[in-house]
Order: sequence, then structure tokens, then C-alpha cells
Amino acid sequence: MKRYLVQRIGFMLVTLFVIVTITFFLMQLLPGTPFTNPEKLTNQQLLVLNAKYGLDQPLGIQYIRYLGNLVQGDLGYSFQNVGRSVSSIIGERIGPSAFLGLQALIFGSIIGLILGIVSALKHNTLFDYGSVTLAVLGMSIPSFVFAALLQYYVGVKLEWLPVALWEGYSSTILPSFALSVIVIATVARFIRSEMLEVIGQDYVITARAKGITEQQVIVKHVIRNALIPVVTMLGPLAVAIMTGTLVIEKIFAVPGLGEQFTLSIIVLDYSVIMGIAIFYSALFIIVIFLVDILYGFLDPRISYKGEAG
Amino acid sequence: MKSNILSVDNLHVSFKTQAGRVTAVRGVTFGLKKGETLAIVGESGSGKSVTARSIMRLLPKNNTEVTKGDIVYEDRSLLNVSIKDMQEIRGAEISMVFQDPMTSLNPTMKVGKQIMEGLQKHQKLSKAQARERALEMLQLVGIPSAEARLEDYPHNFSGGMRQRVVIAMALVCNPKVLIADEPTTALDVTIQAQILDLMKDLQKKMDTAIILITHDLGVVANMADRVAVMYAGKIVEQGTLDEIFYNPQHPYTLGLLKSMPKLNDDRTVPLLPIPGSPPDLATIGEGCAFAARCPHTMKVCHSFTPEDTVVDGEHTVACWLQDTRTPKEYLPKELETSQSR
Repeated sequence: MKRYLVQRIGFMLVTLFVIVTITFFLMQLLPGTPFTNPEKLTNQQLLVLNAKYGLDQPLGIQYIRYLGNLVQGDLGYSFQNVGRSVSSIIGERIGPSAFLGLQALIFGSIIGLILGIVSALKHNTLFDYGSVTLAVLGMSIPSFVFAALLQYYVGVKLEWLPVALWEGYSSTILPSFALSVIVIATVARFIRSEMLEVIGQDYVITARAKGITEQQVIVKHVIRNALIPVVTMLGPLAVAIMTGTLVIEKIFAVPGLGEQFTLSIIVLDYSVIMGIAIFYSALFIIVIFLVDILYGFLDPRISYKGEAG
Repeated sequence: MKSNILSVDNLHVSFKTQAGRVTAVRGVTFGLKKGETLAIVGESGSGKSVTARSIMRLLPKNNTEVTKGDIVYEDRSLLNVSIKDMQEIRGAEISMVFQDPMTSLNPTMKVGKQIMEGLQKHQKLSKAQARERALEMLQLVGIPSAEARLEDYPHNFSGGMRQRVVIAMALVCNPKVLIADEPTTALDVTIQAQILDLMKDLQKKMDTAIILITHDLGVVANMADRVAVMYAGKIVEQGTLDEIFYNPQHPYTLGLLKSMPKLNDDRTVPLLPIPGSPPDLATIGEGCAFAARCPHTMKVCHSFTPEDTVVDGEHTVACWLQDTRTPKEYLPKELETSQSR
């Protein structure tokens, strides 16, 4: 286990390094400069500004410098918000995003599990067909479409919940729900097919042959075995939610990290783009790592000792 | 003569398939006495497993139907009892061992817990008592250091050991009937012998009646008191082990015996196969199902289904050659009574 952990963490760092490198150079391909209204600046002013932010150096040097700072945990300063460090911006913006993301993940997983399990148990009935159709719709229609529909019907027409902004708990409901649609759809589809597969397994017949009640068979033997692979979906779902927040926070005017990220890309705030990209990547890499570890605890057949299971 | 503990009477089971309704079991009748072993032999698709699963009522509900016949266990018709009562019977009165020990245990539940489940349900034992009993059972089926093994998962066991666990699980509540559906097919030959010995041993200790489903005549010879030979959803011949092996009356039974290699035969003696293949149950009609492959077919075989004819005592055969209305001279020499091998 120890060896496995060390190895995994090593690979995680390598992955992060590759992401940092690619993002850094790709970002340079974006047209324009990080400065507002650069056409109004004199050459003199541009030179001073470039020198101040180190942009006058060759790209290679800039990259090495950035890496050097990064290793020391320094993400640099924002170009747009003078005097503010990237870490403080992330720290300030992460709250609403994390809240929305977690709420969407928890709510979506619960609803998705219920929907998927019930459809598997009522396989080939109207309920099953209905929930499968809903799941396909949920996966294929982008979240911003739901966001707009929710804003219009629930926010504007019915006036049940705030249309946008970040004022109190009620304003978190619509964006969370819009984000959770993809979670509901993915989890429901996945658990449904896992359940159907497990129900057909020999050990379920063995369990029935023992004479325990159907309820015990379903809960102890079917759902438990069907749930384990669902844990692997947490990684992709985390990504779906993170990318979802980029758009959803913009639509609902939520002062979160996603909104900051899109804003920074538009105004070419290099250091903030880098910072948030690294933050997202690290978060994702950690989620996948945790899922793998968790999987080992849930499924006794998986061992990290490197011996055959 | 002991009375039957379990009897199956004219059982018909059919499946809904895309090709239409297929009747997999077409009138199976047999009885099982206390403590005896009845072997049901037949090739794949002859309806052995379907018969076994209908006794346990473990066939999928949505596409299977028992269309005719009855299954009686201790004066109760198992086809009419409620699901709840059936759950009381399963595992406690009648239990089942399945073919593949690699897939018939829950991979994420500790072996001890899987054995305890039935005990806690049927004998209302506390956790500690059930654990004690599960431990005894594991020791009884010959699992070394059983105490520690209770906490292991199925993947920690070898195939033979898993089948021992499955047997322990099936017998832990002292059922009166054990249905073993090809219990050794998935195992190595040496392990097969061990498992069969274990089953015989436990049967003696616990006085369990066994329905042994197999296509391996070697296993039958080793285990059975009585044998029922199935072909295309019907029992074509049944009798005691000796009657079936030394005095087969049905051309199919004889064909099966002839196609089995013998240890003292010269290696150059070729095995005698039964030509052709079993009929398609979706399109089968009147007449003897074996007629197309039978070396002694008569006209009547193709148009009328033969009825059971009593050969001697409980030895019955469903074949026109043996029917009392068929002139004796039609009976081929190899099927004459008391012909020995």
C-alpha cells in the first residue's frame, strides 16, 4: 500500500507538471495582451508594464520563473486586480463554487440512485422507459439550456426562486439543480445497468435459494454490488460539474471560481488563468486518486499490494 | 417402501422467447424418497436444470410459466404456496448447490456472513450462535483453519474450496432435500471426486435426500441410488442405478452408455456416438422426441408419443419398443431384459 501511494503521488505530480506546461504555452497563443485598452498605451508605457510583469523576457525564461514560483507555492499576482495574489482570488471565489458543486453532486447522486434503482427493479415497465428517456435527455441537453429554462419558468414566470445573483440559500437552488441534471442522468443510467447486470448473476440466485426475503436479496446482494462501480463515476462527474460551473455561474451571475475563470480568459489575466487551471487540474487529479483508494476499500477483490487478488 | 418426500408430477414448464413459446419441460414425473440420491441425467438443454429450478421456484417470473403438473413436498403443493412460505422452505427444507462455484458466491460479502444469512433467517439464531454454527459447518465440509476463513472473501478460496463453502451454505440449516445442479462440472477431476465424497459423507450424517443433476455418467455411477434419464424435456427412462446401467430399456439410455469410454477397453476401440442432435423444443410436435436419432424407429414413433411402460417394479421406460402392444419380435436384441454388459 505504501509503495502504491508513493508511486501514485509521483504520477500525479508528473501529470500536473504536464498540464502546467501545456497550459502555459497554449495560453501564449491567445491573441491580445493582458492590459486593458493596449492601443491607448504608448510604447513607453507598454515597455514598463511588460518589464514589471516579466513579460519582456523570452518565453522560456518566463516559464522557468513561473515553475520556480509554483514549486514554492506562489501562483503570482493578478494583472487585472492590482495587488491581489492569485491564491487570494481563488480563496475568495472557491466558496460559492464548492457549495454549488457539492450540493449538485449530493442531490444529483441521491435522485439518480433512486431513479436508476427503481427503474432496474421495474425493468421493462413504463417507469423504466420513462426514466431511461429522461436520463438520455439529461445527458444530451447541455446544462445551460436547463439553466435558461429554469430561470424563465421558475424564476420569471412563477417567481418561486431568484432568477440570479448570490443572495441567500434560495438563490443556490436553481444553479445547483441545473448543474445536477447531468449527475442525475449519468448516475441513473449507470446504476440501472449495473443493477440489471448484478440481478442476472448466479450469486443472486444463490441468495434467493437461501430463502432470505427478496428485500434482503436486493439490498444486501444486488444494490451493494451494483453501487461499487458507481463510485468510479465520481471522477468524471466531478469534471462535468467543474466544467458545468464555468457556464452556470456566468448564467446565474454567481461570484464563483468558474465565473472568475471565464472572465480571466476574456481579459487575458495570464496568472489567474494559470492559477485556476492548475487548481482545477489538481482537484481533479486528487478526486480520481481518492476514488481509486475508496474503491479498494469497497471492493475486497482489489488489493494495492501488487499481488494477484 | 419409504414414501416420497418430494414428488414431481407431469410437470410442464414453458418459456416465452422471441421465437415463440418454448416448452422446455414436457411432462416430468418422478419421486424422491427420504435420504436417497436420485440422479437426473441428460444432455444440455434436456430440461434438467429447469426442472430443478422450478422445484425451488427460482425461474425468472417474467418469461417462465409452469403450465401443467404439480410439485408436492411433504403433502404441500410448492406451486401454490405463497412467496413468503416458499422463502421459509428454500434453504431450510430444500436447498440448492449450483454449477459454478466461481460465480455462485457474492464476491463482496464475507464467506461466514453468507453462510450465516440462512441461519439467521430460518433458525432465528443470534449473530454469535449463527457464527458458531457456520464455523462448525465449515469444519464439517473440510475447510482448514475454518475460524479464520469465516472472515475471508470468496476470491480468497480456490474453486474446490468455494464449492465446499457453497455446500456448507446449502446444508447449514439441515434441509431434507438438496438439489445439486451439476455440482462438479466446473471442477478438476481430482477435486470432483473429493466433492462427491464429501456430499456422500454429509448425506449419511444428515440423512438428506439429493437430486443430483448431471450429464456425467461416471458421477451417476458413483453417487446415485436411482436414475432418471431425460431427453428433450421428458424422462425417457427411470429405475435403480443397476437397472439403468445393466438393463437399459430405452435406445437413448443404451446410446448414452455405449458412448461412454470404458477403462479396460482397448484404446483403438472407437466410442459409439449417438448420431444427430437433440430436437428443437420450439418446433417439437407429437411423437417420440428421440425418433429421428433412434436406430430402431418404427412408424408409430413419429406420430404418437410413447407412454411410460413399467419394466419391473419402479423401472419405467417411455418407448414404443417396450409397449405391451408392440409385438415382442420388434424388440432388438440389445434391449432385451436382463441383458448384461
